[in-house]
Amino acid sequence: MLGFAIRRILMLVPVFLAVSVIIFLMIHLLPGDPIDNLLKIGAGPEQRAALTAKYGLDRPLYEQYALWLGNVLQGDFGTAIVQRRPVASLIGQALPYSLALGGLALVMSTVLGVTVGVIAASAKGSWLDQGLMGGVLFGSMLPNFWIGLLLILIFSVSLGWTPVSGARGWESLILPVVTIGLGGTALVARVTRVAMIDAQSRDFVMLLHAKGVHPVVIQLRHVLRHALIPVVTILALRIGWILGGAVTVEVVFARPGLGSLLIKSLNQHDYPVVQASLLILAMAVLLGTLLGDLLQAAMDPRIRDGLK
Amino acid sequence: MTAAAPRPGLLPAVLRSAPVLAFTSWKGAIAGSFLLLLILGALLAPWLTPYEYDVQNLPGAFQPPSLAHPMGTDEFGRDLLTRILYGARTSLSVSGVAIAISLFCGMVLGASAGYLGGRFDRAVMVVVDLTWAFPEILVALMLVAIIGPGTTGTLVAICVAYLAQFTRLTRAQVMSLKSETFVEAARGMGASGTAILFRHLLPNCLGPVLVAGMLATGDAIILEATLGFFGLGAQPPTPSWGGMMSSGSGLLFKGPWIILFPGLCIALTVVAINLFGDALLHKLDIRERVRSA
Amino acid sequence: MLLEVKDLSLSIGILRLLDRVSFAVDRGQVLGLVGESGSGKSLTALALTGLVRRIGGVVTGGVILFDGQDLAGLPEPALRRLRGKRIAFITQNPMSALDALKTIGDQVDQVARLHLGLSRRAARARTVEILTRLRIPDAAQVARAYPHQLSGGMKQRVVIAMALAADAELIIADEPTTALDVTVQAQIVMILADLVRQRQIGLILITHDMGVVAQICDLVCVLYAGRVAESGPVETLFAAPRHPYSAALIGCIPREGMAPGALKGIPGGVPSAAAYGDACCRFAERCPRADALCRRTRPPERIEGGMTVACHHPLPLLSAAPEVAR
Repeated sequence: MLGFAIRRILMLVPVFLAVSVIIFLMIHLLPGDPIDNLLKIGAGPEQRAALTAKYGLDRPLYEQYALWLGNVLQGDFGTAIVQRRPVASLIGQALPYSLALGGLALVMSTVLGVTVGVIAASAKGSWLDQGLMGGVLFGSMLPNFWIGLLLILIFSVSLGWTPVSGARGWESLILPVVTIGLGGTALVARVTRVAMIDAQSRDFVMLLHAKGVHPVVIQLRHVLRHALIPVVTILALRIGWILGGAVTVEVVFARPGLGSLLIKSLNQHDYPVVQASLLILAMAVLLGTLLGDLLQAAMDPRIRDGLK
Repeated sequence: MTAAAPRPGLLPAVLRSAPVLAFTSWKGAIAGSFLLLLILGALLAPWLTPYEYDVQNLPGAFQPPSLAHPMGTDEFGRDLLTRILYGARTSLSVSGVAIAISLFCGMVLGASAGYLGGRFDRAVMVVVDLTWAFPEILVALMLVAIIGPGTTGTLVAICVAYLAQFTRLTRAQVMSLKSETFVEAARGMGASGTAILFRHLLPNCLGPVLVAGMLATGDAIILEATLGFFGLGAQPPTPSWGGMMSSGSGLLFKGPWIILFPGLCIALTVVAINLFGDALLHKLDIRERVRSA
Repeated sequence: MLLEVKDLSLSIGILRLLDRVSFAVDRGQVLGLVGESGSGKSLTALALTGLVRRIGGVVTGGVILFDGQDLAGLPEPALRRLRGKRIAFITQNPMSALDALKTIGDQVDQVARLHLGLSRRAARARTVEILTRLRIPDAAQVARAYPHQLSGGMKQRVVIAMALAADAELIIADEPTTALDVTVQAQIVMILADLVRQRQIGLILITHDMGVVAQICDLVCVLYAGRVAESGPVETLFAAPRHPYSAALIGCIPREGMAPGALKGIPGGVPSAAAYGDACCRFAERCPRADALCRRTRPPERIEGGMTVACHHPLPLLSAAPEVAR
């Protein structure tokens, strides 16, 4: 297991480097002199010189990259142009909000999605199955910022149950989490249902019945375990989408977080912040994939032994 | 000549009749009619409505839906239905054009990678897998950051965001067709590589890839709207669905219909595209080929 | 009698797949259920413990008397308590019969914990003991392994261990050796034969391998297209098959002017269930002895010389039969 984990982590290094190169180059692809994009508004020539020295902007590109990456790895993302604060502190402030939102949405998607999927698969072909899956399909096609706005209209504006926006108290988390979670639930429910139906028809299930095991036990202890493996695969691949959802939803609900920070900085052309938030989001995607791989290996002994 | 003869023309006959076939299922018919009406509405917008999309009428702001304004008016007193029709022009054309370009590039890349194999294939796939791991919205945001907000930025962003998907799909199709009998037969008869690629392989994977493109257009409309919602899409006064919702999101108490209707339009359009695409998949019997990739 | 099946009929949907099948097996006996694929062997096995309900099968007639109790009408919960405890099942393919995500030990323990109420530790001790008795080296180690780490023969022994875990009285083995290597096949067959003798278990062995039947079976029941063609003691059948189908299965039809063993296969195939005729002998189309009568009426069951045979024109009794090649 440890060897497997180390192999997987090592495989991520080149991907991380590739992503960091793209994000690093972003500043050079922008129209105009990179230094103008990095410099605080109203900066004097000495500040310009200081920044040029810090980022090695007078040196070749690859040296600049090494310098930048070195800073980033030490947690130095530079200084925000508009907010005039270290980018790292801005990110540090925003990150917990996004993590809470994304984490809760992930939990909701998994728990609710697996439940719906198991129920649908157990009642395969019935009106219950068709109804659940129809709802799930419809739900997965709707844009999630619109779902968010609808939820606000219903629960905050009309009913007044939840705060419209902001991040004060746990109540303010409900609607954003539900907004992201609905799409995730739909996805997980669909994958779970298909995987359950596939696992139900395998030979080992018949032997379990022949052993006299109760059908509910078979479904929950054996079939579901098999079905959860593809679910974990898809969830790991889609962790980015849930984060992407968080970006949108933070803006819709005017919540602080990485997503709203990114969008605000984009609109304000605050490129150091944009670079840092993109890099953090990308890292979260990569870590999600890694977590999924490790979870899969923990669940399936064949993967641990490198057979699959 | 073998029985599995190559088809004349680039577009196989089944494909030409497929859109008509999709109308034979009731889901396909409803979805298809909705889409046709929407496109007609967008095209004929100047003749369909007496209002202008960009003329402000502040005394008439925040009117709820009425006979004169079926969807109400916005914060500047502009007729919402009019703006939605004009917005459809922006949203549909940006998403459609972006997907078309992306589809074309993806097909060329994917087909050459799949057909040529070797180092070129590996290089393409590394890049494709890299972008594949990231959600479209992040890829798009990164590109908009570079190009800058606006229609062009959105177009390029959507284009690149979906390139990986089309490349993968085309490559998978070409790889599976490469060893089919009719391709071997054509090669045996001395057809050149490009001839095989363009006359035999591409036409045969056109069906799945085009339908995948259609389905992706639905996602692209959401992506375009999301960028618009962030204020990074088409810039005012050009109306776009996402942009309209963006300005409406601060006005939930004063005029909930300002975000309700554009959102509803997006939702209906996306659902219609998916249903129609699904009907197409079903009629062409290629669900497995598209969905599994 | 441990198990007595009388006139068992079974349908799935409109297909009538078993038609008045009868056989019996007692403690310490091995009954071979033989026939080509599609003859209804596996279905019979599934029908005995009610598992056939999982694939939509319905028993439409007959009784399944297990230790005097009719299983055919028993509700599912009662059947479930019987399954794995008194009647165990050994499936065709050990490669896919085990849950790939659980250790061998957990899967064998499950039976004793469920049916005997043993604690985790007691069940594991029992598992290790059974595995050792099945001549699995390092049983404690194997119990901690996962299915993919074992060979096919080992996995089949594990499945057998499950059958023994709650001291089943009747074991139904559905082609337990088909998926295994030839050398391993012999081992598994010997293990099963030993178990029957030592523990006085009743064993129903489903197979299409007449060699295995000759080796370990006491009784044999030949199925063809959902009906019993012939049944009785194995020695009698091999010495002088009466039904032309059994004769063909053994590999030789004694016929005038034909060298013994010259006919290897049986021309044609088992009819599909949808094409089953009712008032006829279903083997008639492939039978060298068939005449108009066979195509018109269902052959009656005759009981002669210890054998039950359903044929209009059976081969002669033992006294008149030539020596049969084994």
